[in-house]
Amino acid sequence: MIDHTVTGVDAPVSQRAKTFIDAPVDFVKHTINGTLEWFGDLGTFFWQVVRAAVTPPFEFRELFRQLDEIGSKSLPLVALAGAATGVVLSLEARYSLTRFGAKSLLPAAIVFSVIHETGPIITGLVVSGRVGAGIGAELASMKVTEQIDAIEASAVNPYRLLAATRILACILMLPLLTLAGDACGLLMGWVTQAMVEPLSLHQFINSGFSGADFNDFLPPTLKTAVFGLIIGLIACFQGMRTQGGAAGVGRAATSSVVLSSLFVILADVVLVKIIIVFFP
Amino acid sequence: MATTDQIDSSTVMKRQESEGKTGAPAVAVENLRQSFGSQKVLNGISLTVSRGETLAVLGRSGTGKSVLLRIIIGLQKPDSGSVRIHGQDIAGFTLDQLGEIRKKMGFLFQHAALYDSLTVEQNVAFPLQHHRKMTKSEQSDRVRGLLAEVGMEGHLDKMPADISGGMQKRVGLARALALDPDILLLDEPTAGLDPISSGEIDDLVLKLQDEHHMASIVVTHDLHSAKTIADRLALLDQGNVVIAGTFEDLQKSDIEFVREFLKHS
Repeated sequence: MIDHTVTGVDAPVSQRAKTFIDAPVDFVKHTINGTLEWFGDLGTFFWQVVRAAVTPPFEFRELFRQLDEIGSKSLPLVALAGAATGVVLSLEARYSLTRFGAKSLLPAAIVFSVIHETGPIITGLVVSGRVGAGIGAELASMKVTEQIDAIEASAVNPYRLLAATRILACILMLPLLTLAGDACGLLMGWVTQAMVEPLSLHQFINSGFSGADFNDFLPPTLKTAVFGLIIGLIACFQGMRTQGGAAGVGRAATSSVVLSSLFVILADVVLVKIIIVFFP
Repeated sequence: MATTDQIDSSTVMKRQESEGKTGAPAVAVENLRQSFGSQKVLNGISLTVSRGETLAVLGRSGTGKSVLLRIIIGLQKPDSGSVRIHGQDIAGFTLDQLGEIRKKMGFLFQHAALYDSLTVEQNVAFPLQHHRKMTKSEQSDRVRGLLAEVGMEGHLDKMPADISGGMQKRVGLARALALDPDILLLDEPTAGLDPISSGEIDDLVLKLQDEHHMASIVVTHDLHSAKTIADRLALLDQGNVVIAGTFEDLQKSDIEFVREFLKHS
């Protein structure tokens, strides 16, 4: 039986036009299906983790290990990123505010920028890079070498031992890391100012926080707990569903960082709006 | 060691009680089917293994031997068919319910699957930490005892990456025995080992079966090993059990595939 179908440039114009239209349509369909499937699997994974996290036995030892791994070991990086942000903000704000004759507002501009937005988002992105990649690669490596199966075969729930502990550690540590990042940012913001003209730390803080209240400080810091949930959840999910050896481990690490960073930024948009509405 | 002995004897008593009550085989697999895409891996397999019995599952690569073990311990759900452990059908069990069944089972993975961030001692202690209320010294005694059983007592502080494949399998075996299981599942225990190490693993498995009287299922390509350690052998081809019986039954068989398999083994 000879197949008389003509394809490619030799195909009739009507057939080529059909292929030209079908290909992108199929691509869009495939992408939408894949995305919906991913969200469905993520929801199922989240439910399994929540169910495992709220039922005994609780894995306190592993939780404390993860608090150290995710919290203490991210601290230098977050502090450095916060400090660098403080310096940049200070330089930029000084230049802009001096042009508009509002140099006296400089401390307040730095304080508000750091605690409202740059501190939380920079911390979220730094942690999603360091911790997201770490968790994604670690769990993916355990998956492809059957270590997660071995945990399950030892009658230990891997959602409880591996995922719940890491996600909870991310949720708990992100606000604390944000505080550290904020402190370093403000400190370096003051140092940068003090290098240009004499200004004591006391004056800088008094002036910077004079118009601030609790609502300026608490909601933006606590919103990073949501960033922690996103980073932990996505990294654990991508790691524990990995397939395909070393290449799979690489893909899991990369996708953990990319997706968690993306969702942290998207969540920030929503959370900023919510904070403005509920904590004006 | 007195505490360990007490634990062992109480566990054995519980085990005997449970089997006395149910009278069911330790493992019963019925009409198990599993496909991956269009590829049928298991095509209605039925097998039973009683307490104290060792069944070797043989077959060509890709005939679903490892998949069978993974389904028995609940790491994979079959498309259809049932798995009964001591008479309990595990279909539809949640992860925590499966956990209770798995406490009675030990699994040696093909590549040992030791936790690479833990030492040899910590690997073997892992199931004990999660399921046995023991003091640190009791736990340490138990771990040392298990590692002594498999000839690894001198390597407590080594990391899995620092020991050979054969040693990793021994440690994996010690970990599988940590909860004193009723059922032992061994996935290719001698694969990738030199003949001397393979022989040592075979001797070890025989010794452990003699001492612990477990129901064991051993998946292997190694006919010599299967002949040495198993009471019965089941030969799989294209997702079906071609023959199940003693090694002599296989030798007497007229089935073409069985003759071919024995000829090339």
